[in-house]
Amino acid sequence: MIRWLVGLIGWSLAATSALAADPVTIGVGYLGVAGTRATLSLVEQPAENDGVAGARLAIEDNNTTGKFLNQRFTLEERRVKEGEDVVQAATDLAARNGFIVTDLPADALLKVSDVLRERGTLLFNAGAIDERLREADCRANVIHTAPTRAMLADALGQYLVWKKWSRWLLVVGSHDEDKLFADALRRTATRFGAKIVQERTFEDKGGARRTDSGVTLIQRQMPVFTQQAPAYDVLVAADESEVFGAYLPYRTWDPRPVAGSAGLVPRSWDAAQDQWGAIQMQNRFFKLNSRRMTALDMQAWTAVRMIGEATSRTNSGDVKKVTDFIKGPDFSVAAFKGTRLTLRDWNLQLRQPILLVDGRMVVSVSPQEGFLHQVSELDTLGYDRPESKCKLK
Amino acid sequence: MQIEVRTQMSRIWRVGLLSGLALVAAPAHAFIAYVSNEKSNTISVIDTDTWTVTKTIKVGQRPRGIDFTRDGKFVMVAVGDDDTIQVIDAKTQSVVDSLPSGPDPELFAQDAAGKTLYVANENDNTVTVIDLAKRARLGDIQVGVEPEGMTISPDGKTLINTSETTNMAHFIDTASRQIVANVLVDARPRFAEFRHDSSEVWVSSEIGGTVSIIDPGKHEVIGKVTFEIPGLRKEAIQPVGIGMTRDDKTAFVALGPANRIAVVDVASRKVTKYLLVGQRVWHMAFTPDEKYLLTTNGVSNDVSVIDVAAQKVIKTIQVGELPWGITIAP
Repeated sequence: MIRWLVGLIGWSLAATSALAADPVTIGVGYLGVAGTRATLSLVEQPAENDGVAGARLAIEDNNTTGKFLNQRFTLEERRVKEGEDVVQAATDLAARNGFIVTDLPADALLKVSDVLRERGTLLFNAGAIDERLREADCRANVIHTAPTRAMLADALGQYLVWKKWSRWLLVVGSHDEDKLFADALRRTATRFGAKIVQERTFEDKGGARRTDSGVTLIQRQMPVFTQQAPAYDVLVAADESEVFGAYLPYRTWDPRPVAGSAGLVPRSWDAAQDQWGAIQMQNRFFKLNSRRMTALDMQAWTAVRMIGEATSRTNSGDVKKVTDFIKGPDFSVAAFKGTRLTLRDWNLQLRQPILLVDGRMVVSVSPQEGFLHQVSELDTLGYDRPESKCKLK
Repeated sequence: MQIEVRTQMSRIWRVGLLSGLALVAAPAHAFIAYVSNEKSNTISVIDTDTWTVTKTIKVGQRPRGIDFTRDGKFVMVAVGDDDTIQVIDAKTQSVVDSLPSGPDPELFAQDAAGKTLYVANENDNTVTVIDLAKRARLGDIQVGVEPEGMTISPDGKTLINTSETTNMAHFIDTASRQIVANVLVDARPRFAEFRHDSSEVWVSSEIGGTVSIIDPGKHEVIGKVTFEIPGLRKEAIQPVGIGMTRDDKTAFVALGPANRIAVVDVASRKVTKYLLVGQRVWHMAFTPDEKYLLTTNGVSNDVSVIDVAAQKVIKTIQVGELPWGITIAP
């Protein structure tokens, strides 16, 4: 009798556990660099959790969906400090997470991707906009949700040309990344028929971004710096280093609009974006993080949502299966930009519309009407398949 | 004087009714349509006899989902940014009440008796249940991320809710208010519609660009309607609203920025025709006699009138800014 009872209890326990099987756990790592960079505008100063806050929201979104599919998503954040070994940190994260979202400089990302290749970890580059990561230095285990400089420059250029502001005064900063953005802008001008009437370099001579009487000085400097220019329609600034760009609007010698790194800026996302259902996402983000959502937050959100989308479509947490699906022809993800986002299969760059923003409003969204393409109009932004130097390995 | 005329009119009307004359049916299509204008915060009232806007009613912020109560006495409109559903008296054409809809209501569905209302709360991942007679909140149901599309099975037993970021159609048992099944569909499902014979549920996926057809018994996708318009890129085809004729033979699917309504043969699930309407077409409603189908065209700020039998657009009516939802008096 007792044996029979024990047996019955045992059987019922087994049955219960079979019904409520442990959820499939999908680990996502987030690897970034500690500290934030200084911006000219205090308003644009990034938060400590810039980027990872977007990943965290996507984990919540994935878990809401996951509870219907018995899938559970976790996020493990790691920030490397100066002098710390990024490869060590990445290897450590990869031990517990099949997917890692990164916000790393190009060289660090390449090191990490080469070390993790054998292991099969899938990386999502949410932070680096460098062209070379999608061209000569592309990697088969790195998916890019961040747009490239060329995509950003083309998005801006299409609008300026549509507006018939086709004579550009190009002002370039003295740092390497400023020069890379200027290269992208020159390429854009050539592609879309704009003319760079003159180029000027703004030398970074050091100095603080926060001072008590800065405005007086800037108000004298900027008109002088921009005077005696040939006739132009718009000043285009390449200042990724945040040295002078934001000082230009309203201070140019000639009354001209400013675009590029200040004024009208191309970005993957903006706190003002509220079209295509984005308001719900902006509200969710604000509720979770008590601040507005940045482009980096969105790039990280999209990466984690891509993982969630692929795990629910494949009904699997297997990294290989999920990776194959993401890279396959049937993959697409919705990201509140009015169109489905897909991957360029030749370099694993996410196709995406780019917003043109002025800090308060979304002014326009590129690609602009009339820029046509035989495959996807989104491929009018950035390097297209025939130009690509990428060989995925 | 005026009163006298009216009395006389009503007498004629009654006489007409009693004697069985067709007098009442003189203008065969005299119905009243209510259109929610998402940006104007207004409702445009359209007379389908003259095809003109006869009144513009001011409502709360961001009006979208809109429907008549079953008795035809009131119009309910979800004003998302005011976190409520406003009730418009169809007689006086003014706002008289509001319902405890929960935050950010967008679309809602009511049971056949008109007693219970189910509201999708986009911000909260919930569906709120409301007792319409008491105008009181009965409870809520947790669903996926950004719930939107709502429909009830003709027998009233199953509520379908679609969640836009979870990409699922949730099948909810209305008696127990529990989810009984979740069916994965293509990206950003926005609208769900039952066949009148209950044999299928059609779910449109705005970003996926398809309509999934679900067997409500097996909870499986059994087919898909796909769209192809020569000269138009695939991304522009974004299915939203669906309307089905009462005989379940023909479905109409709004294709958003493709600026077209697809006419679908329900049996073969194939598109037979594309009708050019205004820009970014959202939703639609049939006149009760099913002679006409009215569509809301968000970007061009107008309503297209389709002759259902002829499958032709016969008229365009200017309304407020960003028209979204539409309902027609029963």
